[in-house]
Amino acid sequence: MTAWMWPPPVEIPERHRRKAMDDAASSYGRVLKPGQLDTSHGVVLYLDNICVSFDGFKALNNLSLSIDVGELRCVIGPNGAGKTTMMDVITGKTRADSGTAFFGQTIDLKQYSEVEIAQAGIGRKFQKPTIFEQHTVFENLELSMKADKRVRKTLFARLSSAERDRIAEMLTLVRLTDSADRLAGLLSHGQKQWLEIGMLLMQEPRLLLLDEPVAGMSDDETERTAELFLTLAGKHSLVVVEHDMAFVDKIARKVTVLHEGSVLAEGAMNEVQNDPRVIEVYLGR
Amino acid sequence: MKFTILVLLSALIVCATPHAVALDRAAVEKLALGDGEERLEAIAALITEGDARAVEVLDALASGDLQVAGKRVLIVKGGSAVDAVTGEKLAALPAEREDVVANNRLRNAAQGAVATLQLVSPDRAQRFAAAKALSASADASALPLVKKALEKEGDTDIRALLAQIAATLELKAGDAKTRLSAVRTLGTSGGGNAKPLLLSVLEDETDPDVKLEAKHSLKQIDKRLAWGQRAGLLFAGVSLGSILLLAALGLAITYGLMGVINMAHGELIMIGAYATFVVQNLFKAHMPSVFDWYLLCAVPVAFAVAALVGMVLERTVIRWLYGRPLETLLATWGISLVLIQAVRTIFGAQNVQVENPAFMSGGIEIMSGVVLPWSRIVIVSFAGAVLAGVWLLLTRTRLGLFIRGVTQNRGMASCVGVPTARVDTLAFGLGSGIAGLAGCALSQIGNVGPDLGQSYIVDSFMVVVLGGVGQLAGTVYAALGLGFANKLLESWAGAVLAKIAVLVFIIVFIQKRPQGMFALKGRSVET
Amino acid sequence: MSGPLTSTFTLLYGARGWSALAAAGCVLFVAFPMLNLLAPADSVLQLSAYWVTLIGKIMCYAIVAVAMDLIWGYCGILSLGHGLFFALGGYGMGMYLMRQIGRDGQYRAELPDFMVFLDWKELPWHWWNSDSFAWALLLAVAVPGLLAYVFGYFAFRSRIKGVYFSIITQALTFAAMLLFFRNETGFGGNNGFTDFKRILGFPITTPQTRMVLFTLTGAVLIATLLLGRYLVTSKFGRVLAAIRDAEQRVMFCGYNTLHYKLFIWTLSAVLCGIAGALYVTQVGIINPGEMSPANSIEIAIWVAVGGRGTLAGAIAGAGVVNGAKSFFTQVFPEYWLYVLGMMFILVTLFMPQGIVGLLNKSRSGK
Repeated sequence: MTAWMWPPPVEIPERHRRKAMDDAASSYGRVLKPGQLDTSHGVVLYLDNICVSFDGFKALNNLSLSIDVGELRCVIGPNGAGKTTMMDVITGKTRADSGTAFFGQTIDLKQYSEVEIAQAGIGRKFQKPTIFEQHTVFENLELSMKADKRVRKTLFARLSSAERDRIAEMLTLVRLTDSADRLAGLLSHGQKQWLEIGMLLMQEPRLLLLDEPVAGMSDDETERTAELFLTLAGKHSLVVVEHDMAFVDKIARKVTVLHEGSVLAEGAMNEVQNDPRVIEVYLGR
Repeated sequence: MKFTILVLLSALIVCATPHAVALDRAAVEKLALGDGEERLEAIAALITEGDARAVEVLDALASGDLQVAGKRVLIVKGGSAVDAVTGEKLAALPAEREDVVANNRLRNAAQGAVATLQLVSPDRAQRFAAAKALSASADASALPLVKKALEKEGDTDIRALLAQIAATLELKAGDAKTRLSAVRTLGTSGGGNAKPLLLSVLEDETDPDVKLEAKHSLKQIDKRLAWGQRAGLLFAGVSLGSILLLAALGLAITYGLMGVINMAHGELIMIGAYATFVVQNLFKAHMPSVFDWYLLCAVPVAFAVAALVGMVLERTVIRWLYGRPLETLLATWGISLVLIQAVRTIFGAQNVQVENPAFMSGGIEIMSGVVLPWSRIVIVSFAGAVLAGVWLLLTRTRLGLFIRGVTQNRGMASCVGVPTARVDTLAFGLGSGIAGLAGCALSQIGNVGPDLGQSYIVDSFMVVVLGGVGQLAGTVYAALGLGFANKLLESWAGAVLAKIAVLVFIIVFIQKRPQGMFALKGRSVET
Repeated sequence: MSGPLTSTFTLLYGARGWSALAAAGCVLFVAFPMLNLLAPADSVLQLSAYWVTLIGKIMCYAIVAVAMDLIWGYCGILSLGHGLFFALGGYGMGMYLMRQIGRDGQYRAELPDFMVFLDWKELPWHWWNSDSFAWALLLAVAVPGLLAYVFGYFAFRSRIKGVYFSIITQALTFAAMLLFFRNETGFGGNNGFTDFKRILGFPITTPQTRMVLFTLTGAVLIATLLLGRYLVTSKFGRVLAAIRDAEQRVMFCGYNTLHYKLFIWTLSAVLCGIAGALYVTQVGIINPGEMSPANSIEIAIWVAVGGRGTLAGAIAGAGVVNGAKSFFTQVFPEYWLYVLGMMFILVTLFMPQGIVGLLNKSRSGK
C-alpha cells in the first residue's frame, strides 16, 4: 500500500542539476552524467568569497580556498577562526550568505542538501567522534559502505561476498579486525577515531574533511594515523583541520592558516611558520 | 431584576431621609381607595410633589405593602406599620386591615413613577440607576418629568441616557418634527436597545423624512455597536492571553530555561487552585468577617504549596532524568496521574466551589453593552504583576543570575562555584510556584476539579514552543497572540473550530520555524 | 527469488524463537477456539466471551505496541499521536459497521441513528461508499497512513526532533479529538459509533463470529511481529537504529534520513489503523475518547514496561499493562491511576530496558 507513494516527492533540485550539466556540456563539449564529479581542471574544491554570519558575527569573511585533486591540505588557525564553519559550508550543514562553493567544476554545493553532498563524494569526520555506538564495528562499516542508499534498496539489501571482503580489508586497515563484533561504544577513544576514519573511507569519497582526527590519540596512534593519511593522499583529496602542530608538520605539504574567517597565509609549513602575521595571531600581540 | 433594584434604591432613600414630610392626604387616599382612573391620577399628583415620602408610598403600592385600616392608609412591613401620609410609626397594628389591591397596570405606573421621582434625587448614583431603570420601562406619562430632569441634569452620562429616554418616548408623538428630532437623538446616542425601536419606526412611519433619518440613525448605531464588539473582543483576547501567560510562564522556566519537559505542570496549576480552595474554606470557617480578603492569603499559599510539591518532585524524580527529555516526559506524565488521583482521593472527584470575593463580582461598563468583569481585570493585572516579578527575579537577583548561568553552561557555572543542584531545585520550585499562582487565578474564573490541569497542559506547551524555548519575551508574545487569535476565530467559527484552527496553525508554524518565533541562531543551536 | 526469501524468513528467529511462536500459534488458533466453542458452558475449561473479547482487545493493543516500538524503540521518535491513528482505523471500520445496522437502529431509518437525531437527510460526502467492506478496509489503512505521511513529511523535512515532535503529535491528536467531538463532523460526536449488529451479513455478537475475529487478530499480530522482526534485522533496521543514535552521521554517510523516518512512521501508523479496525469489531464501540492525549501516552508506557527495542517486549508490555488495567478497574478502580502513574515513574527511573531487560539481566546473572 505504501508502494505507490514511494519514493516521496523530495526537494532534489533536478532543475539545477540539469542546468549545471548543460553548462558543463556546452563549455567543454563533453556529456556528464548528473552528479558526476568533473575534475578536468585538476581542482576538486573551490571556495570563493564565502561569507557566513550568525547574528552579526562574521564566522566566515570572504573566504577563498581551492583544493587540488589528490592533495593533502592542512588547515590550522586559532579558536574561532572559522575552521568548523568552513566544513559546515562545504558539507551543506550551514548555508553561505554569499560567495560560491563548487565541488569539481560542475557541482554547486550551495544547491544541495547534506545527503546529496555526501552522496556526491564528500566525507566528513566530526570533531567529536560520531559513530553508531549501539552497533558492532562490523555493522558501522557496513552501514557506511558505498551502496544504493535508498529505502527501497536498503530494505532488501544483503551483503555480497565482495562487500564482506571490502569490510574485512577496511577492518585490517584501521586495525579493528579483533573488535569486529564488539559494540562500537565500547571502543577506546583512539579506536573510535579510527573507526570513524574507516567509515569515511568505506564511502569511497573523493574529498575527505577531517576535523581534529588525532585529538585524544596516543603518540603511537597519532604516528600510524599520519602514515595512513600519507598513503591516502593521491587516491583521495584530504583537508585536515588539526591543532597538533607536530602532526601537521609530519603530514603537511601545503598549509592554510585561517584567522577571523578568512585566509591569513598559505604555503609550505616552514614558510607559514615564519610568516610574521601568523606568529602574531598565534602568539598574540 | 429591575424591580428589586428599585426597591433597594427606594429603601436607601428612606434611610437617607429620616425627617418625614406629610403628603397630600387626598391624593394618598385616592391612590388607596379610588377607582382605576382616579388612582392613576393620584400617582401623577404624587409625582409632582417630587418627594421621598411619595417614593415610599408608591413603592409600597408596587410591592403590595400598602394596606388600609378604615380610612387610614398604612405601609405595613414586617409586622410594623407606618402612616402613609404622615410617615409616623404606629404603636400597634390595627386589627382590621385590608390589602390595597393593585393590578399590573397600576403597579407598572407606580414603578415608573418611583423611577421618575428618583431622577431628581441629589445622589448621582441614584439618578443614574433610576434613568437606567426608566430607559427600559418608561411610558409617555413620564416624559414631562424626564424633560424637566434633563434640563437640570449636569452629569453628561445621565444626560445622554435621559435624552435617549426622552427620544424614545417622543417617537410616539403625533408631530412629525418631534419624531424626526427624536430619531436623530437616538442615532447619536442610542445603544443596542434603540435598534428595535428604530426598526419599528422604519416599518410604521409614514413620513419619508423621518424614515430616511431612521435609516441613517440605524447605521450609526450599528457602527457604534461594532466598535463596542471590537473593544469587547480585544479585552477577551487580552484576558485569555493573560490566562495562557500565567499557565505558561512557569513552564517557560522549567521547560524553556531548564529543558525539563514537565507534563505534570497542569497538575501543579490544579494544586494551586485547590490550595486556594482550602484557604477559602479556612477563612469561611474561622474568619468570615474578612472573607473578602482571603485571596491575599491564598496567593502566597498557592505559590508555596505548588513550589514545595515541585521541589519534592525535582529531588525525587526529575533530577535523575536530566538530559533524557523523552523519559522525563513519561515520568512526569506518571506524576500527573498520581497527583490527579491523589486530589480525587482527598477532595472527591467532583468540582469544588471557589467563591469570588465581593470586590471581584460585577464589572465596569466602558460602553453600552460592553462590560468588563472585575474578575477578568484583576486577573489581567495579576498576570502582569507575576510577569514583572519573574522578570525582576531573573534579571535582577542572584538566583536569577545563577539560573541563567546554569541554563547556558552548566559545567562552567559549576566550575565557578554555582551550586547547580540547588539552583536546579530552586528554579524548578519557582516554575512550579508560578503554576500554583496560575491555579489561584484560574480558580476565580472557572471550575476547580481534579482535571483542571489536563485542559491547560497542551495550551501551555503550545505557548512555550511557539514563543521559542528560553525566551521570556517570546512566551509573552505567544500567549497574547494566541489569546487574540483564539478569540478572533471564535467570533467567526465557534470555540471548538477556533481551537482546532489554532492548534493546526501552531503545527504548521513549527514546521516553518522549529525554534519558535524568537530563534537563537548560530552554532550553539544544533548541539 | 523464493530461495533467499525463505531463508531470510527462517533466519528471523532461532530455534527457540520459532518454537515459542509456534506454541503461541497453537494456543491462539487451536486451544482458545476449542475452549470457547466446544467446552461445555459450565465447565471450568470454558473460555467465556468476556475473556475472548479481553484477549482480543489486548492483542489489538499489542499490534499498536509493536508499531510504537518500531518508531520509538528502534528509531528514537516518541509519538504521542498513535492513539489518533488507532482511532482513525477504528472509525474507518466503524462507518461500515454503522451502515451494516441497516434499518435495525432505534429509528428504523436507512441513515445511522445519530444522523436521524441530527435531522440529516442524506449521508455526508465522507460516508461515500461506506457500505462496502473493502472500502472500509482501505479507509482503515489509507487514512491513518496518508495523515501520517503528510504530517511526517513536513515534520521530518523541517527536522523536528525529540520532544518537539512529541508535543506536536500530541497537539495533532488533541485537535483531532476536538474535531471528532463535534456533532457536525459526522462521526457521531461524543457517543461515536456503537450498537453494531452485523459484519459482512453475519451477526457480530455470536460466539462463532467473535472467534473468527479473535483468530484473525491473532494472525495479524503474528504477521506484524514477523514483519517487524524482518525490518529490524535487515540493513534497514540497522539504519533506523543508527538514526536513533547519531542522525548527523547517518546523513553524512549519504542516507536520506527523511525517507527512512517517513517510511517507518507511515508504516507504524498503518499498523495502528489495522489494529483499530480489528478493535472496533470486537469491542463494539469507538468514540473520540480514544484520541485523548492520555491514551496515546499510555501506548508509550506499554512499550517502556515491556522493553524498548525488543518487539517481544512491546507485546509483553501491552499484555501486562492492559491485564493490570482490567484487573484494577474492576477490583480497585480508585487505585488504577496510582498504579499506572507509578508504572510511568518507576519504569523510567529503574527499568530503562523494561521487563525484557530484567529477564536478560537475571539470566546473565545466573
